[in-house]
Amino acid sequence: MLTAEDKKLIQQIWGKLGGAEEEIGAEALWRMFHSYPPTKTYFPHFDLSQGSDQIRGHGKKVVAALGNAIKNMDNLSQALSELSNLHAYNLRVDPPYFSLQFLSQCLQVVLATRLGKEYTPEVHSAVDKFMSAVASVLAEKYR
Amino acid sequence: MVHWSAEEKQLITSVWGKVSVEQCGAEALARLLIVYPWTQRFFSDFGNLSSPTAIIGNPRVRAHGKKVLTSFGEAIKNLDNLKATYAKLSELHCDKLHVDPENFRLLGDILIIILASHLGRDFTPACQFTWQKLVGVVAHALAHEYH
Repeated sequence: MLTAEDKKLIQQIWGKLGGAEEEIGAEALWRMFHSYPPTKTYFPHFDLSQGSDQIRGHGKKVVAALGNAIKNMDNLSQALSELSNLHAYNLRVDPPYFSLQFLSQCLQVVLATRLGKEYTPEVHSAVDKFMSAVASVLAEKYR
Repeated sequence: MVHWSAEEKQLITSVWGKVSVEQCGAEALARLLIVYPWTQRFFSDFGNLSSPTAIIGNPRVRAHGKKVLTSFGEAIKNLDNLKATYAKLSELHCDKLHVDPENFRLLGDILIIILASHLGRDFTPACQFTWQKLVGVVAHALAHEYH
């Protein structure tokens, strides 16, 4: 469960990204496709070469959605409701707790490379919990 | 047997060369206990684990973290013979320690995040890919003797 402290840390960290959201999203996706090739199976329609417009565009979308979730951490279910429908009925990505694990890992790696020591154990824990909560909500309507 | 390309071996050793085993080991184990608190069940006799600060400062956590990462170093020296290298450790984790192998994956992922925080942009996507493969293979070797 996300504590008040967790939420504060997440908002602080997100605030430090200073407009680099698109880059961060694209890099996280690229690392995910590279480190976990099976995740590419959901994007046969994409140009998956490094720096592709589609990866940049999609990275930006993903990070924007996460940013929105962060603004609404007290009501993730509602904030992510549309996305939850999309993933359940349309995209049908393998239960998010598998695939989001990979995205979560790669996003955290990107954050850690940029924040260095500031990616403290407490921040790490809060972000991990948050991504886990997001995954749960996205999986809510699977069955 | 897992195949390692020359490039992968180079990425592994060059990253490992930048690692302080004592420091990173302590950090990795501490983070495991902080980020996934249920793992504390394996360390109930380690003393004070009541808060992130307590965990990070706990001398037994630091010492054990160093031990774990030192052992990881052995894996790196024996990339072509991991299952044999880890056979005894695998039996130990199954028969005596009763650790669910899922925890090896968690620790591996944490180690990678720590490497990322220490190395910054030098921890390139290629580095991450190789190291995710490495921690996966190590976890697999550690789970191999489970029955």
